Amino acid sequence: MSNPTSLGLFEQANLLEKKEISSSELTELYLKNIKENEDLNCFISLNEYALDEARKIDKLKNRKSSVQGIPIAHKDIFCAKGYKTTCGSKMLENFTSPYSSTVFDKLNTSKTIMLGKTNMDEFAMGSSNETSYFGKVKNPIDKLRSPGGSSGGSAAAVKANLCAFATGTDTGGSIRQPASFCGVTGIKPTYGRVSRWGMIAFASSLDQAGIFAKSALDASIALEVISGFDEKDSTSIQKKVPNFRDETSSKMNHIIGIPYKLIDKIDDSNIKQNFLDAINTLEKNGIKTKEIDLPYIEYSLPSYYVIAPAECSANLSRYDGIKFGYRCSDPKDLEDLYTRTRSEGFGEEVKKRILIGTYCLSAGYFDAYYIKAQKIRALITKSFKQAFKEVTVIAMPTCSNEAFKLGSIQDPVKMYEQDIYTIPANLAGLPAISVPSGSNNKMPLGLQFIGNHLDESKILNISHEFQKLTDHHVC
Amino acid sequence: MSAETNNQIWEPVIGLEIHVQLSTESKIFSNAPTEFGIEQNLQASIIDLGLPGVLPVLNKKAIEMAVKFGCSINAKISNNAIFARKNYFYPDLPKGYQISQLDDPIVGEGSVEIEVESEKKLIGITRAHLEEDAGKSIHDKYDNLSAIDLNRAGTPLLEIVSEPDLRSAKEAVSYLKKIHSIVTFLDISDGNMSQGSMRCDANVSIRKKGETEFGNRTEIKNINSFKFVEKAINFEISRQIKLIESNKFIKQETRLYDSQKNETRSMRSKEHANDYRYFPEPDLIPLKISNEYIKNIKNSLPELPDKKIERFCSEYNLNNYEAEILNSSKEMSNFYEKIAQSVKNTKLIAKWMVGDFSAILNKYGSSVEESKISCDDLTDLLKKLDEDKISDPAAKKIIEILWNENITVEEIIERENLKQISNEDDIGELIERVIRENPKQLEQYRNGKEKLFGFFVGQVMKTTQGSADPKVVNKILKDKLKQ
Repeated sequence: MSNPTSLGLFEQANLLEKKEISSSELTELYLKNIKENEDLNCFISLNEYALDEARKIDKLKNRKSSVQGIPIAHKDIFCAKGYKTTCGSKMLENFTSPYSSTVFDKLNTSKTIMLGKTNMDEFAMGSSNETSYFGKVKNPIDKLRSPGGSSGGSAAAVKANLCAFATGTDTGGSIRQPASFCGVTGIKPTYGRVSRWGMIAFASSLDQAGIFAKSALDASIALEVISGFDEKDSTSIQKKVPNFRDETSSKMNHIIGIPYKLIDKIDDSNIKQNFLDAINTLEKNGIKTKEIDLPYIEYSLPSYYVIAPAECSANLSRYDGIKFGYRCSDPKDLEDLYTRTRSEGFGEEVKKRILIGTYCLSAGYFDAYYIKAQKIRALITKSFKQAFKEVTVIAMPTCSNEAFKLGSIQDPVKMYEQDIYTIPANLAGLPAISVPSGSNNKMPLGLQFIGNHLDESKILNISHEFQKLTDHHVC
Repeated sequence: MSAETNNQIWEPVIGLEIHVQLSTESKIFSNAPTEFGIEQNLQASIIDLGLPGVLPVLNKKAIEMAVKFGCSINAKISNNAIFARKNYFYPDLPKGYQISQLDDPIVGEGSVEIEVESEKKLIGITRAHLEEDAGKSIHDKYDNLSAIDLNRAGTPLLEIVSEPDLRSAKEAVSYLKKIHSIVTFLDISDGNMSQGSMRCDANVSIRKKGETEFGNRTEIKNINSFKFVEKAINFEISRQIKLIESNKFIKQETRLYDSQKNETRSMRSKEHANDYRYFPEPDLIPLKISNEYIKNIKNSLPELPDKKIERFCSEYNLNNYEAEILNSSKEMSNFYEKIAQSVKNTKLIAKWMVGDFSAILNKYGSSVEESKISCDDLTDLLKKLDEDKISDPAAKKIIEILWNENITVEEIIERENLKQISNEDDIGELIERVIRENPKQLEQYRNGKEKLFGFFVGQVMKTTQGSADPKVVNKILKDKLKQ
C-alpha cells in the first residue's frame, strides 16, 4: 500500500470501512507529515487532541458518515468552540471562540478529526497568503512561490498531504485561485448553500465556504457534509441538498459555454493554450461546447473592489479593543484606544480595504461607487442567467497566471487582478470549481467551471469527467 | 416667558422622533431575553456582543408589532422592507454599526389625530422603522473608568418619525400621548418612559407666522417624560426667539435637555455630525410582507383609543375630556370598564377616576398598573357612594386610607365610623336637638336672616362627624326651621 496520506478522501474512507487502516494510524501519519513540513507554514495552530479524538472514533462500531475518522484541516476563519480562531490577524491572535461555526459543527458531528487550523491572508484579504500576521505560506511545489490566497494554507496542506481535505472560504476567488496555484481541486458552492454562521465575515454578500480536496469526487463528498439550510444564517438557502457524490459520478449531458471573447484577451499564450487544450480534451470525448457572451464581465473587478471593501469596512468595525481581541496598551482616551488598537492590530492590506470601503460609503460618494457597483453586479448576474439558458456549465481559466514568486507582486492593483476570472461567480452568487489542468513553468494551472444557481452537481460532474480523462490532479 | 408673549409673531415648528421599545420576549436579532433590570451583561448573547462570525436573525414578533402599529395609523406597509447598517463607533455599540432601516422602512406614511384646546388636528407620520437598541455606558461606577452593560443591546425599537406638523409644546405632548396610548393599547410596548421603553427626540425651529420656509432647527435628544418634553420644547422655543430677536444665528445642532436646570445645552454641532455611511445590511435578506399578512393583522387589531373614546362618550354618556383621560392608557380604560359592570352610575365612576383616583396616582407618582388600590376596592367604594351609603367627603377619606393600608372599604367604614346616616327619623331627631341648643340663631333665622341655614347644616354635620346624608339634612332642616 502506498502512503495512505497521498490518497484522497474517497479511497481513505474505503480503507477505514474495510478496517485496513485505523483513523488513529491515519492521524499519526498526517501529524508526522505536518511536522516534517513545518517550513510550509500551513497551520496557525494544531489540535493537540487530534490523536485522542481519532482513538475514540476507532472504538465506534459503525461508520455513520462518509467522512468518519478522516483527518482534516479548517481554515482559521471558522470559529471552533474552545479553539483559537485568529483569522490570520494580530487582532484575534489570542481569541478563543466560545462557540462553533456551522461548518465546523457539521464536520465535527460527522466525526472528522481536525488536525489544525490553516494559515490564511489576514481576514481573508489577499491573493498570495502574504498578508497573514502569522507569516506567509509556501507553495509545496516550489517553496519560493505563493500558494495563492486567501485560503493558501488549506490549499497547500491538501497538496502536501497534510490533511485529507480542508475547508476554505471564497469571497473573490480565495478557494479557486489557491487551488489552481497548488494543483488541487477547490469548490465554492452557490452563495447560501453553506451556512456562514461562525465564519468570520469579510464581505458578507460574497463570502462562501467551500472545500479543497484531491479530486472532484472527494470534494463532492465533503461538500455534501457542510451544505444545507441553517436557520442561524438568514441568507442560507432553504433547499434540500442533493446527493452530490452520486450526481458527480452520474451520466449528464453537458453543453459547456465558453466566453471566447474573454479567452481571446488572455495575454499569456501558454495559459490560453492550456485552457483550449482542456476544452479540446472534453470535446474529443463527445462533450458539446458553445460560445457564449458575458457582457459587463470586464467590470467585475472594479465593482468587486467597491462592494467587498464597503462591506468589510463595517464587518471589521467590531474589532475596536472594547470587548475582545487586541487592545493597545495604556490608551489615553477613547479616541486613542480606537485609533491605536486598530492601527496596531490590523495589517496594511486590511487597513487599506477598510479605508477604501469607508470612502466608497461616504456621503457624496455612495451613489458614484456603491450604488453603481451594485448595478453592475445586477447586470453581471443577469448576463450569467442569460447564458445558462443555453449551456449547462461555463468554462474559463481560474487565473491568468501560475503561482508567482513570493514577494514578486508589489503593485496592489496587479495583486487584485489575480481574481479577474474568479470574481464574477462571487458577484452572481454562483457555484464554481477549479480543477488542475496542466502546468506552466512547472507550476500547476487551473480550469474553472461555473454553474447555474444551485447547480453544484453539474460543475462537480463535469470536473469529474475531466479528471477521468486527465491525470493533472494526481500529479 | 417670551414663547408665550411673542406667540403672535413667532410660530414654532416641531417634529418628534419617538423610540418605542417593543415588548417582544427576545431581542430583535438574537434569542436573548429582553427583561429590564437583569444583572449587567447577563442577557447579552454572542450575537448581541457582536462576536466574530455571528449573524442576525430577525425576530418575527417584532415585524408583527411594527405592522400592527402601521395598520393603526393607516400607514402603507412595505411589501419589501430593507434593513441597513448605520455605522458609528461607540463602546456600547458592539458591532460598530447599528442594524436599522433607511430606504424602504417597514411602515410608511400615516397619520394620527390629536386634540388640543378642543381643536382637532391631523399629525402626519413620515415613517416608522425597526432597529436594534444599543447597550448602556456607565460612567459613574468606577473611578476613571467607564463600564459597558450590553443587556439592552439588541432590544427591538420602533422609531416613529413625525412630520414637522406640531406647532406648540402642548401639541407635541398631545401627539406623544397619542402614540403612547396606541402602542400600549396594541400591547406592543409597555410605554414606560422612566425605564426608557419610550424615548423621544424633538426637532424644534421657529419662523415668523405666515412664512412657509423652515428656520434652522435644533434636535433635543433623549427626553424621557411627557413633562420634560413640554418643558424642553418651551425652553428651546424661547431660546431660539431670544436669539433671533437679538439678531443672532441659530446653529443647527444637537442639544441635551437638563431637567434639573430646565434648560437645553449644546451637545454637538450638526456640521460635525457623523456620516453614518448607511448601506443595505447584507446579512439579512429583504423582508417580504404579503398583503394577506397585513390584512390578517388589520382584521385582528384591538379597539384603538380613538374608537374607544367615541364609544365611551356614547355608551357611558361621558364628555370627550373624561373619555380621553380614561383612555390615556389601556389599564385605565380596562379599570373603568370593569367598574362600570357593577356600578350603574357611569358618570360618577368617570368623575372619580378622572378626579380623585388620578390625583392619588399623581400624588404617589404611580401608574394604573402599579396602583395600590385594586379595581375591586375602587368598585366597592364607588358602589357605596352611588348607593348613598357613604358621603363624598367620606369617600375621599377612604381612598387615601385604601392607598396606604391593606384593608377593605367595609373595614375602613367600620373603623372610621363613616357610615352615612340617611334615615329621616334619626336625622330629624338630631336636627331638633341642634335647633334646641341654638335658640338665638333660630330666632334670627325666623326673623329673615336666611343665611343662617348653612350654620344649622354645619352644626348637624359636626355632631355626626360628617356622616349625615346632606340631601336628607337639607330637606328635613328646611321643614323643621319653618315650624
